[in-house]
Amino acid sequence: MPRVSGTKTGRNAELGLLALAMIIVAIYAAIVESNQLDKVTSTFWVPAALLSALFLGLHTVVRFVAPYADPVLIPAVALLNGLGIGFLRRLDIGDALGKKLDPPGIFGGLGGRQLAWTLISLILASVLLVIIRDHKVVSRYAYTLGLAGIVLVMIPAILPASISEINGARLWIRVGPLSLQPGEFAKIALVSFFAYYLVRKREVLSLASRRFLGLDFPRGRDLGPVVTVWLLSLLVLVFEKDLGTALLYFGLFVVTLYVATERASWLIIGLLLFFGGVYVAYLLGAAIGGPFANFYDRASVWLHPFDQENYFREFGSSYQLVQSLLGLGTGGLFGSGPGNGSPRFVPEVQTDFIFAGMGEEIGLFGLSALLVCYLLIVERGLRAALGVRDSFGKLVAGGLAFTLGLQVFVILGGITGLIPLTGQTTPFLSAGGSSLMANWLLIAMLLRISDASRSPVTGGPANQPGPKQPPVQLHGAMTEVIKP
Amino acid sequence: MPEFVLTVARFGFLILLWIFVFTVVGVIRKDLFAGVRTKSIVATPRGVGGVMAPGRPAAKAKRGKTARQLVVTAGQLAGTRITLGEAPITIGRAEDSTLVITDDFASARHARLVPREGQWFVEDLGSTNGTYLDRGKVSGPTPVPLGVPIRIGRTSLELRP
Repeated sequence: MPRVSGTKTGRNAELGLLALAMIIVAIYAAIVESNQLDKVTSTFWVPAALLSALFLGLHTVVRFVAPYADPVLIPAVALLNGLGIGFLRRLDIGDALGKKLDPPGIFGGLGGRQLAWTLISLILASVLLVIIRDHKVVSRYAYTLGLAGIVLVMIPAILPASISEINGARLWIRVGPLSLQPGEFAKIALVSFFAYYLVRKREVLSLASRRFLGLDFPRGRDLGPVVTVWLLSLLVLVFEKDLGTALLYFGLFVVTLYVATERASWLIIGLLLFFGGVYVAYLLGAAIGGPFANFYDRASVWLHPFDQENYFREFGSSYQLVQSLLGLGTGGLFGSGPGNGSPRFVPEVQTDFIFAGMGEEIGLFGLSALLVCYLLIVERGLRAALGVRDSFGKLVAGGLAFTLGLQVFVILGGITGLIPLTGQTTPFLSAGGSSLMANWLLIAMLLRISDASRSPVTGGPANQPGPKQPPVQLHGAMTEVIKP
Repeated sequence: MPEFVLTVARFGFLILLWIFVFTVVGVIRKDLFAGVRTKSIVATPRGVGGVMAPGRPAAKAKRGKTARQLVVTAGQLAGTRITLGEAPITIGRAEDSTLVITDDFASARHARLVPREGQWFVEDLGSTNGTYLDRGKVSGPTPVPLGVPIRIGRTSLELRP
């Protein structure tokens, strides 16, 4: 694509920010080692340098295939990803010290595995950017993607529990040592499908409506797809025992619907349906148990985490949540310093509770910086949605950005006790390949759309020869009155 | 390691995190508030084209400047801005249009904006419901002054400097 002179691509800014992010990651590693080992080893910089090389690779790919992509997305995500790896390595060192062993090598342990997953994720993201040169192409496969998304969500519910169940939630496909979380990938497929469906249907949804209590309510028959998705997400909730995923998919659909139709009534209907459904599930769990019992337990753990009964329960106790709250409390405003806390008190600190572990060490001050990074990533996604020139792109970018934000809210709300705890990964920080790959693919899609939205218009099929004659009619041209 | 160094490192790291955040905000500051541009910023500075009379329409004051952006001011794509280059811009429902409008009143290939010697011309491509420049229907290539709305179905577009 030929460059138009005078338009900034922002690529150099991206490179600069990326360098700053990697310096921060290296410094984090150095502080961790000095706190834990009482010295800085000569190889502390190696993970940061490897990451820099990986991100430099992605940056180069973006320079060639998406030159106008948003300059902020990659550095912000790189910082989160890098600090995630740094924290996992900190856990490795801590575990090794606890067993009086030498710390594992750069490629060993959780940190090393996460480094490998990052490599794979970045390759996938680059491939997506190279293959999909125009995001509108995706809309051709919308129904295929929609079907694939539903199948991906449903697979763990159908598979026997021995393959799909980990810690009481059926979200996985376990093959030997590898475990995949197909639901993570379903997000992107479902967003594309919803966007395509709503671009087609939005006239009907936004024009045919009844006014009631000052709000425009859609007709009953137009509610069909929303109710279907609602039921589907409640089924996920009941059979996979996962409130977070259900909330994620339902919120995603309601918000794309809201963006497409510009009607606040959808948001209200959506929230009422969701909270109504959850409340009924809670009451059912209290009354009859059965498939709803797990949900009732989680809600009561959330409401009374410090209750003796909840704390000492055999299965699904509030121990994890209490440890997370205590950890965050110990960290206080500025934290105990990277490498100085005791994150291993919190079970699953490497995945779902990584924010609790990091929060203990970097404190509220550091955590809010990370949260602002997430906020900026979401903002850039919404900005790309505003700027792009076709409705499908708008809905996809808006939906993906919102999903990322909602996922951070769901897990962070869970570990801080704001909402019932659900098993969601923290995007880019948590250990785990599926989450990292899916979220990097999501970022690649946002990069692609932001490239389309920021690039100046050049060439393309619009470049037909114009009429040779100079225009005769000057209709509408302004006449200027020159005053003495 | 001395305690002092560790404390400095601990707080230095937190400050560095925030420096990163503010650098990022600095990079995107320009279009963070791009949506809230007021009329007064767009208007010609005083002394460029003589003293401006109060109440003079902004569109007249801006004549003679080149258009750099096409902004969608109303309709489903409202808020979208296209940085203008040398190439023509097609508007319509067809997927390969520069600006893809999903509007019941728009045709597949509805209208086209063509630059000629620094001036943009709007041209209707035989649409069913017509293209309007301000209030007049466009029947041939018509020059588009800055700030004058081009209406296609429920969508409204403007050239901005």
